[in-house]
Amino acid sequence: MTSVRDVEQSPEFKKLVTARWMMAIVLTLLVFISYYGFVIMVGVAKPTLAQRVGEVTTLGIPLAVLVIVFSFILTLIYVLWANASYDRMVDSLNKKLES
Amino acid sequence: MPQTSLGQPTAVAIIFFLLFVAVSLGITYWAARRTRTTTEYYAAARQITGFQNGLALAGDYMSAASFLGIAGLVALNGFDGMIYATGWLVGWPVLLFLIAEPLRNLGKYTFADVLAYRLQNRPIRLASAVGGILTVVFYTIAQMVGAGNLIKLMFGIPYEAAVIIVGVVMLMYVLFGGMIATTWVQIVKAALLLGGVTLLMLLGMAQFGFNPGNLYAAVAAKYGQAALEPGGMYVNALDTVSLGMALMFGLLGLPHILMRFYTVPDAREARKSIAWATGFIGYFYCIIPLVGFSAAALVGRDIIAGIDKGGNMAAPLLAELLGGTPFLGFIAAVAFATILAVVAGLTLAGASALSHDIYVNVVRGGHATEQEQVRVARIATILVGVLAILLGILFKGQNVAFMVGLAFAVACSANFPALLLSITWKRFSTAGATASILVGAILATGLIILSPTVWVDVFKYPAALFPLKNPAIVSMTASFIVAFAVSVLCPDRKAEEKFDVQKVRTYLAVGAE
Repeated sequence: MTSVRDVEQSPEFKKLVTARWMMAIVLTLLVFISYYGFVIMVGVAKPTLAQRVGEVTTLGIPLAVLVIVFSFILTLIYVLWANASYDRMVDSLNKKLES
Repeated sequence: MPQTSLGQPTAVAIIFFLLFVAVSLGITYWAARRTRTTTEYYAAARQITGFQNGLALAGDYMSAASFLGIAGLVALNGFDGMIYATGWLVGWPVLLFLIAEPLRNLGKYTFADVLAYRLQNRPIRLASAVGGILTVVFYTIAQMVGAGNLIKLMFGIPYEAAVIIVGVVMLMYVLFGGMIATTWVQIVKAALLLGGVTLLMLLGMAQFGFNPGNLYAAVAAKYGQAALEPGGMYVNALDTVSLGMALMFGLLGLPHILMRFYTVPDAREARKSIAWATGFIGYFYCIIPLVGFSAAALVGRDIIAGIDKGGNMAAPLLAELLGGTPFLGFIAAVAFATILAVVAGLTLAGASALSHDIYVNVVRGGHATEQEQVRVARIATILVGVLAILLGILFKGQNVAFMVGLAFAVACSANFPALLLSITWKRFSTAGATASILVGAILATGLIILSPTVWVDVFKYPAALFPLKNPAIVSMTASFIVAFAVSVLCPDRKAEEKFDVQKVRTYLAVGAE
């Protein structure tokens, strides 16, 4: 019987916690960079965003859409990672707790 | 002024609206027979799938403000309105990465459950209920006043009658059907809203050969290239960043959103539900600007602004132009349904803070029978519902646009720091959490009153005492600093001891409900 405290001290659990936070922090930073980068550009680099990329379409329009699409892609990356690798680690630790 | 049937109750609008109410009351009747226990009342028996919860989350989040408001902002201000649309979405991935799964594993019905897992029950429940209820009240006032105005504009019924209709109908859902009915009403509403706006966008784009470039060219021809460039709405970068922080982290502290994660069976479904929600909401915010630009090009800014200064009628006017009175009726009914569903979600969240956090855990010390808990939940629902109606009528004619900003500022300054630290920081103490919640709530509210949005726009003083339109960057930072300082000064041995067990439960869901 493995106790909850043993699990907490086990290297596998520590690895799980580190992996989860590495993933969470990197992805959160990417959201920050894309969104606050966009917002700060709106504040200080208006001419860049006003550049035309089409006949009249400005760079700002595709960038705004890109911020939204990028956020969605990041959630997908997290969910795919968690479904595949994180859940497997959780299951193996839970099996130890039960045995 | 062109011919418009906007503002007159048309048969089509009334039929669509009655149809929605009939269907949603049918759902409520069905759900009422499945709502006997507390878990059924607050958490839909934890039987909602990830996909269903994703739609329901989208339903809770996409308010009339984002539908009519952003379409109007884009129609009247062009590109600047799009910046707003991005800010409303970016909180969702962060919610997934930082909060959602631990929240699901540690809690039961409300986000206060997570804090109370290892901190002292009574003080922490009281403090977090204050943060939660303030957020819900500010958000509800904004929704109710918005609802009264919009329904008056679209259906021509008096403001007070509109507020009472919304209040009474949503009270029926929540009171009898609890979370099960509320969830299904959100799902129906989200599907209607996504479908309706897609149709509107397609009809609009058909006028431009389904090429956004042609649409932008038409807008630029009419209103100049400036309509497609960042303009005067966001002058100050610090202001924009502060508002962005409130929108992003506020989501992580909205009680009615957090509560939805208890309706799914486990953390895995909670995770999937955010991916679905982000997909639906992201799609919505990508197409809403096209609706706004189409309205500017086809209906015209002067007509839109002539009917409502804020531009809120841009989408309905476009619908009337492209699909006649029947389509206008449909879109008006969708907007009405949107408001109803959002207020229902808010009421349930407010009621659960009152009954589960304050009554059951603080007054009764956690000792209440199942029957008593459900009875108290229903009484609290009536209280919150009646309060929502009264506040809606009381704030008639007031400029409440800042209320949504206030709700998000309190959510990100009072609720979010305590929630994040209780999950991640071993030495976070009861005193630290209580102080951080109270400082965050008071500072966010106080600074908004002194800010240009209230001090100048509402009270009409010449200059604001606090320069930023949204105080999040100051109040949220202060809340974190207070949390650290007070936790170090007043440590909580018992809470530290429980951290190891909590940590295992956070990741492995050991003992989670």
